[in-house]
Amino acid sequence: MNRFQTLFQRKQKTFIPFLMLGYPTPEISLALIKAAIEAGADALELGVPFSDPGADGPVIQAAAQQALSQGTDTNTCIRLIQQIRAFSEIPIGIMLYYNLIHKRGMGAMHQTFANAGVDAMLAVDLPMDASHAHEVSLHQHQLGCIHLIAPNTPLSRANQLIERSTAFTYVVSDYGTTGTRDALPPQTYQRLSTLRNVSDKPLVVGFGIHRASQMSALYEAGANGIIVGSAFTKLIAEHHAKPTLFQLIKENIAQYTQNIGAQ
Amino acid sequence: MLNDYYGEYGGAFVPESLVAPLKEIEQAFITAQADTTFNQKLDDLLMHYAGRPTPLTFAENLSKQIGRKLYLKREDLLHGGAHKTNNTLGQALLAKHMGKTRLIAETGAGQHGVATAMTGALLGLPVEIYMGEKDVQRQASNVARMQLFGAKVHAVNTGTATLKDAINEALRDWITHVENTYYVFGTAAGPHPFPALVRHFQRIIGLEARAQMEKQAGGQPTAAFACVGGGSNAIGLFSAFLDNEHVALFGAEAAGKGLASKQHAATLNAGSSGVFHGMHSLFLQSDDGQITPTHSISAGLDYPGIGPEHAHLHRTGRVKYQGITDTDALDAYRLLAQQEGIIGALESCHALALALKCAADFPQEACLLVNLSGRGDKDLDTYLKQEIA
Repeated sequence: MNRFQTLFQRKQKTFIPFLMLGYPTPEISLALIKAAIEAGADALELGVPFSDPGADGPVIQAAAQQALSQGTDTNTCIRLIQQIRAFSEIPIGIMLYYNLIHKRGMGAMHQTFANAGVDAMLAVDLPMDASHAHEVSLHQHQLGCIHLIAPNTPLSRANQLIERSTAFTYVVSDYGTTGTRDALPPQTYQRLSTLRNVSDKPLVVGFGIHRASQMSALYEAGANGIIVGSAFTKLIAEHHAKPTLFQLIKENIAQYTQNIGAQ
Repeated sequence: MLNDYYGEYGGAFVPESLVAPLKEIEQAFITAQADTTFNQKLDDLLMHYAGRPTPLTFAENLSKQIGRKLYLKREDLLHGGAHKTNNTLGQALLAKHMGKTRLIAETGAGQHGVATAMTGALLGLPVEIYMGEKDVQRQASNVARMQLFGAKVHAVNTGTATLKDAINEALRDWITHVENTYYVFGTAAGPHPFPALVRHFQRIIGLEARAQMEKQAGGQPTAAFACVGGGSNAIGLFSAFLDNEHVALFGAEAAGKGLASKQHAATLNAGSSGVFHGMHSLFLQSDDGQITPTHSISAGLDYPGIGPEHAHLHRTGRVKYQGITDTDALDAYRLLAQQEGIIGALESCHALALALKCAADFPQEACLLVNLSGRGDKDLDTYLKQEIA
């Protein structure tokens, strides 16, 4: 059984930090991931840096750029995942842009990531309509598939996306790119409740979330997991030269996970 | 349904938020194509606002020089200064038809930005343009024109600060404001339905040229030449001749400082299969799939990808795509001015340079047709700097 499936069977509310692999450097990136796991993250969503991340806001863009400039390529990412697997069995989802898969070859790419210990994959710019081969190959390599649901996805299509997601479905909270927002639109919560009513499969929400108050309401509306990415990346950008960084990340994640409570 | 693949190339590879908006555009376009009022309005604007048909000019002096008949399709005389207006009028009317209240666009050389800004002013739609910072500097006069038309110009300083990054930023804007915003894509590239849409609105170049050649030259051209950045003026010209195997077709892509220098934008000759900017096509990229920086003296050709239909036509061999260096393009720019009294865009001068280069391969009675896709006043600064250096 996929580590994500085991996680969601065990836990109804989870917290999943997003971290860019290789950011700010491969070494610090690994230490940050370690800190996140120690602080109680339930799973990890890890980004593979891409030169032109069209769905990302300025914070994640800058992180990808910095990671690439430090020499992080796909092989570096695979090595980092192997290093995580040496000390942790945490569920790991990979988030990347489809060209990275296409260029190296789908089967080879899936095989390599599966061997390294990855559990699921999300190709941000590969829509469901073009993802049949991707889904089949993921399945062959025992990797879970993650599909995105957008605010403007019609409900019938959302149902299909949930059906075809084998790790979890990623519900995008709001229009726009990744990045923190002051408030989420009320539709986000309504949307989640609607989706919750039609499926009991795991739904994970992300994009723009950074406040504890946002989190409880999202869990209440039916989210099984919350992904926070830009808020951490920003924190890393502001503190990466300071010795307090790891403590800060740990405290931050602990705050989010405490918020979940006993369940 | 419209054609969404050209051989193996094409498709719509976009994040989920853009799936519904692209389908909405496709539907609206299919409806509009069959709508007499829409088509009449577009034809009326093309004729009485933009100045179609554009002339076909027999380039007498250059013809003497190369010993072959050379004809120029004068898209530089279209209102706005380039073929881009054909597309912006079509797409902006479509946007209005769809009830969208805001237009955004990317631009490289600034011609598509100018055309969108101009059309927005005409149709009463606010416009925001994304343009790489490097292009903002080298095409300053076009920036000023866009602003005069009332458009807001965003200088994009991410990545290589050129056309690729401007498209990234425009896509991000669209993802964020998709409910009220229409993205006027500037070239026959990007996710379906844009390649089909842009091809449709640019077809008029080839249709007119074909009829004008018949009338003025007494037959079809032996060969037709166009420059390719994303490929909109080229597909507009080629579409009328694709079925006629007696017309050889040539695309000129930017070889920058030479293919060996790695400082070029010759996607078809040096690129590999990839999926980026919403399409499966050819791209300049690393072995890992990271998009690599490009170089061309011509901002409109400085792009690491190519429209999917060109990738297909390259693969089938129907169109021959060859690289033209910065130096060759500048030589053609000067030559055209001095021999014919026309200042052509540096982009279009790549096509002219290729025609001059290939001329000797054709028999004496051959007729060569070059699409002069834009005017070159915008490139004077670049030209003068090169002359001094």
